[in-house]
Amino acid sequence: MKVLVPVKRVIDYNVKARVKADGSGVDLANVKMSMNPFDEIAVEEAIRLKEKGVAEEVVAVSIGVKQAAETLRTALAMGADRAILVVAADDVHQDIEPLAVAKILKAVIDEEQPKLVIAGKQAIDNDMNATGQMLSALLGWSQATFASKIEIEGEAAKVTREVDGGLQTIEVRLPAIVTADLRLNEPRYASLPNIMKAKKKPLDEKTAADYGVDVSPRLEITGTREPEGRKAGIKVGSVDELVAKLKEAGVV
Amino acid sequence: MAVLLLGEVTGGELSVDATSKAVAAVKALGEVTVLCAGASARDAAQEAAKIDGVSKVLVAEDARYGHRLAEPTAALLVSLAGDYEHIVAPATTDAKNIMPRVAALLDAMIISDVSGIIDAETFERPVYAGNAIQTVKSKDAKKVLTVRTASFDAAGEGGPAPIEEVAPADDPALSKWVADEVAESDRPELTSAGRVVSGGRGVGSKEDFAIIEKLADKLGAAVGASRAAVDSGYAPNDWQVGQTGKVVAPELYVAVGISGAIQHLAGMKDSKVIVAINKDEEAPIFQIADYGLVGDLFSVVPELTEKL
Ligand SMILES: Cc1cc2nc3c(=O)[nH]c(=O)nc-3n(C[C@H](O)[C@H](O)[C@H](O)COP(=O)(O)OP(=O)(O)OC[C@H]3O[C@@H](n4cnc5c(N)ncnc54)[C@H](O)[C@@H]3O)c2cc1C
Ligand SMILES: Nc1ncnc2c1ncn2[C@@H]1O[C@H](COP(=O)(O)O)[C@@H](O)[C@H]1O
Repeated sequence: MKVLVPVKRVIDYNVKARVKADGSGVDLANVKMSMNPFDEIAVEEAIRLKEKGVAEEVVAVSIGVKQAAETLRTALAMGADRAILVVAADDVHQDIEPLAVAKILKAVIDEEQPKLVIAGKQAIDNDMNATGQMLSALLGWSQATFASKIEIEGEAAKVTREVDGGLQTIEVRLPAIVTADLRLNEPRYASLPNIMKAKKKPLDEKTAADYGVDVSPRLEITGTREPEGRKAGIKVGSVDELVAKLKEAGVV
Repeated sequence: MAVLLLGEVTGGELSVDATSKAVAAVKALGEVTVLCAGASARDAAQEAAKIDGVSKVLVAEDARYGHRLAEPTAALLVSLAGDYEHIVAPATTDAKNIMPRVAALLDAMIISDVSGIIDAETFERPVYAGNAIQTVKSKDAKKVLTVRTASFDAAGEGGPAPIEEVAPADDPALSKWVADEVAESDRPELTSAGRVVSGGRGVGSKEDFAIIEKLADKLGAAVGASRAAVDSGYAPNDWQVGQTGKVVAPELYVAVGISGAIQHLAGMKDSKVIVAINKDEEAPIFQIADYGLVGDLFSVVPELTEKL
């Protein structure tokens, strides 16, 4: 079976995003960018399925600016077989919305016919947590979000999901969309030889127009501001002092 | 202008806190109809009818809605969507699973985790782990959104609103429920608790997490955890607080042995009073704590538990 993994290029998770002074957005110029952490987990899971002989081919897809090719190279270095870059924006500040991403992914999937798509549960920039669910709706496929365990059993996948109350296990019919949560696996680092090898793996370049998808946003961003800050607190010297302060504040 | 709101029903019971906070958030947008769907949902509907600001409750009681699988519940919402301009749910894991599917079926862009409502088409939401707040204006005919409950106060009691039965929608039958693993607890629920005590990697083991739990019990608090504590197996996944865990805003949040990574802060920095206990005086958590105590948690926390 073929597994498709959508990967997004996002601000590195160690970098604190800064709002631009004019309120027009977050400053991404000269900021370290990386693969969305949840997508690393998704790539890792797909590669493990290949190593187990369950998957034959792993295809990574990214939609965005040209520089997302670097993110795809990372997926290839981890072990994906080939990659598809869909260029849909010129400016690093333009984020393609999950609905448009899902429409492009649907078109890619119509061509590629994978049996399983493993996406990340959430992009850590827009924090939408939506693309996998939207893609599943557009394809009319089953969905298993927030996965912490995936077992392929014939024409179905048994997936354990992290939910508010604890864990839920469901069985989805293939083809299906699964979205990866933090505890699905620990992604590997790409080794130097594999990074070299990845440079020779196929990376197809397309545009959103090739798929006839309109990527203009449905949500117009009219402003971006900093959250309310907290006033600086104090250090207390002892437990007794802490208890006294908490009583004063009326919270105990 | 009418609002259809998916009530949070689990095992036949309404999560009153989550549902009522979502109602309070959106009631200015128009008449609010709450949908209660489940294998048993009538009791939940009775509860929903008592929330102030609810003008009608719809109940869909059918086995296919028993486990809140995304596909049947999304199909039901879409079958009812015609009469409403806004389709809303509290941003629980169930709703995050269902609502983007609903939005895509209606060719609308989901507006996730709304923390402020400006008008019928303009909403605020946190992005970049809460380091920026975006204002977005939706151009879609129908707006599908999830509401960050920690940003709103619960609605009071009112009603009772009338309850109507609705027919189930066709079930695409794409997935099957297998099992739930839900821990029973007498403690308050994390997202609605007035006080929360969370432990991090510094706690060091599952056994020692009892230190955190004892303090929580003394305070009548819910227990939370950092991702590192969950990943290390000290605490179950549903205790995780943060960007990709639960978002809480209690009166009192006590962070023990937690360094204060941006992803953790994203889930708790709107708490009213924050206490940090950490042996590293440089830990970033101290930058947002109202009261910081530098010390070894293994001596400080038991002493605090005793002295409260
Ligand atoms: C995509 C993504 C999503 C994430 N989502 C979340 C999320 O939702 N929630 C979350 O919490 N994290 C999340 N993280 C992880 C986050 O980046 C941090 O790694 C994590 O929060 C660290 O947990 P911690 O503070 O417990 O551990 P550490 O950073 O290791 O801190 C442990 C602290 O304990 C202190 N300590 C040690 N021993 C003692 C002692 N005896 N007494 C007192 N203090 C002691 C240390 O000084 C240290 O400050 C996410 C990361 C990624 C990449
Ligand atoms: N531009 C994109 N290119 C490729 N994959 C994406 C893109 N945007 C979102 N995704 C996938 O969808 C997941 C959820 O993203 P989101 O819905 O934006 O939170 C991500 O973890 C990726 O797997």
